[in-house]
Amino acid sequence: MLKGKKVIAIGERDGVPGPVIAELAAAAGAEVVYQTTECFV
Amino acid sequence: MRTFPVIREAALVLAHMPNLVRYGSKPFREVQQSNGELLARLRPRLRDYAAALAYLPNQVFLGNAAPEALKEADRPWYAKPVPEARRFGAFGEIMPEEEFYCLLRRADQFDLLWLREEFLRQAEPQLREHPLLAAAGAGEGAGGTKPKGRDLAAILAQIERGAAMPLEHGGEVVGCIRRAHEIDPSLWCEVLLENLATKASGALALRHLLQRLEVEPGAVSYLLSCSEEAVGDRYNRGGGNLAKAIAEEVGCVNASGSDVKAFCAGPVYALVHAAALVQAGVFENVVVVGGGSLAKLGMKCMGHLEKEMPILEDCLAAMAFWVGPDDGRSPRLRLDAVGKHNVSYGASPQGMLEALVVEPLRRHGLGLCDVDRYAVELHNPEITEPAGSGNVPRANYRMLAAIAAMRGEIERGDIDAFVARRGMVGFAPTQGHVPAAVPYVAHALPALREGRLRRAMFIAKGSLFLGRMTQLADGMSFILEAREEVA
Repeated sequence: MLKGKKVIAIGERDGVPGPVIAELAAAAGAEVVYQTTECFV
Repeated sequence: MRTFPVIREAALVLAHMPNLVRYGSKPFREVQQSNGELLARLRPRLRDYAAALAYLPNQVFLGNAAPEALKEADRPWYAKPVPEARRFGAFGEIMPEEEFYCLLRRADQFDLLWLREEFLRQAEPQLREHPLLAAAGAGEGAGGTKPKGRDLAAILAQIERGAAMPLEHGGEVVGCIRRAHEIDPSLWCEVLLENLATKASGALALRHLLQRLEVEPGAVSYLLSCSEEAVGDRYNRGGGNLAKAIAEEVGCVNASGSDVKAFCAGPVYALVHAAALVQAGVFENVVVVGGGSLAKLGMKCMGHLEKEMPILEDCLAAMAFWVGPDDGRSPRLRLDAVGKHNVSYGASPQGMLEALVVEPLRRHGLGLCDVDRYAVELHNPEITEPAGSGNVPRANYRMLAAIAAMRGEIERGDIDAFVARRGMVGFAPTQGHVPAAVPYVAHALPALREGRLRRAMFIAKGSLFLGRMTQLADGMSFILEAREEVA
C-alpha cells in the first residue's frame, strides 16, 4: 500500500509509539526515513 | 496481619513566577529565534498574582477545593476566578513572585543570584512575615549572611557582558542570575536558575510538610528527591543529590539523602523506595521531595497565545511526602502490590496499564472495580488542550475503562460511568514529574482516613525515549489502602 513512499513516523507516549508506526509502515512497503516517539506533556 | 509503611502527610506548594516564564525551555528558545518578538507577545498575556491565586485548578492543588469541584465548574476556569481564594491551603500555599525571588536568593550559597537593594528592602520584610520563614536565619542554609542587595548598574553590567540573565518584576529589572563558569554549559545561568528554582521550591514544600506534622527538621532521617533537574558540572552532568541540598536548606541536620530519577515516574518510584527503606528498617522515616521544573514554564505558550488565552503555565509546583512505619492510623502503602513495567512488556499504552494496574491487582485476587479512585497523570486539560496535546487524564481513564470492559469486569456501556466514578479531572500544573499521580495523595490521605475511600491507586509513566538511550517507556504504580477499621 505504501510501496515507493517515504514515511516519517511520529508516535506519542499516550498513543501509538513511533517504532510501532514504523513497523506497520515498513510492512506496508514504505521506506521509513525517520521515526520518533514524543511526549507532549 | 502484615504491616506496611504509611504515608503520614503530604504538602503541595506553588510559586507564581510569571517573569520566569520566558526562561522555560520552550519560550526561551522561541524568544531567541524570534529576536525577542515573542517576549513582547507573551508579556501582556501573563497573569497577575490575584488571577493565579483565584484559578480553580490551583485552589484544588492547594487543597482549598476538592478535585470534584472541577467537574462541576464551567470552562474556561481562568475566566471564572474563585471568590475568596486563599493563599494558604490545606496542603500548602501559592507564593507570590517577589517573595520567591528572595527565597531563591536565600537558597543560593554561591552569590549567583543578585537582587537590587530597593527590591530587597521591599520584598524581604514580606518574607519575614511568612509563618514558616519568619524565624531568624530560616532559609539561610549554610550560606550564612548574604551580601547586601546590588545596585542596578552592577546588575546591568553583568547582563550586558553576557555573564547573567535579567530577573524582572513589575515591569523592571530587579536582579540577575549569573553564570558560575564561562565555558561549562552545565554551570551557565539558565541551568543554575533551573536548579536553584527546584531547590528553593522543594525546600518550601518540605517546610510545609514539617509544619503540618508538627515535627522539627531534625526529626527527618533521610530524603529522596524526585525532582527533574540535572545538577552537576560538565564532568558529571546530572550528578545530583539535590535531596541533601534541600535537607541542609531546611535544617534537617540529622538527615542525609539522594535522588531518584525516572522521568515523570520518579515520584512514584521515590515513594516506593522510601516505603521499602522504612519497611527494611534502614531508616526510621524518609521524606520524598519534588521541586518545581523551570524548564516546563510556558511549555504550551504557543497554543495559549494562538487562542488568546492567558499563559497558564506560570507556576512552579513542588511537593513533599512523609513516609514512616505503621502509626496505627495513616493509610498504608501496599508494598506487596507495586506495579512495574518490565522490559519485555513493550510500549503500547494498553500493555503499560495492564502491567501497572491489572497485574498487581490480579496478584491479590482483585479487579479494576476494587479500586475506588485511580490517580493517573493529572495534567490540567485547560493547559494541554489548546496546544493540541489532548486531555491526558481522560485518555488514560478511558484506556483503563476499556481494559475493564475487555476483561468483562464492566459492560461496554459503563465506560463513561467508570471514568466518572473512578477518575478525576486533571488539576496539576504541567510540571513534568509533579502531575504524575502523586498530588492526589494529599487529597486521598484524609479520604482514606475518614473512610470515604477504601483503596486508591497511583499510576505514573516515564518517557524514557526522550533521552535517546532506549525506545522504551516506563511506569510504576502503588496502592494506598485504608485501615481495616475504616474500610
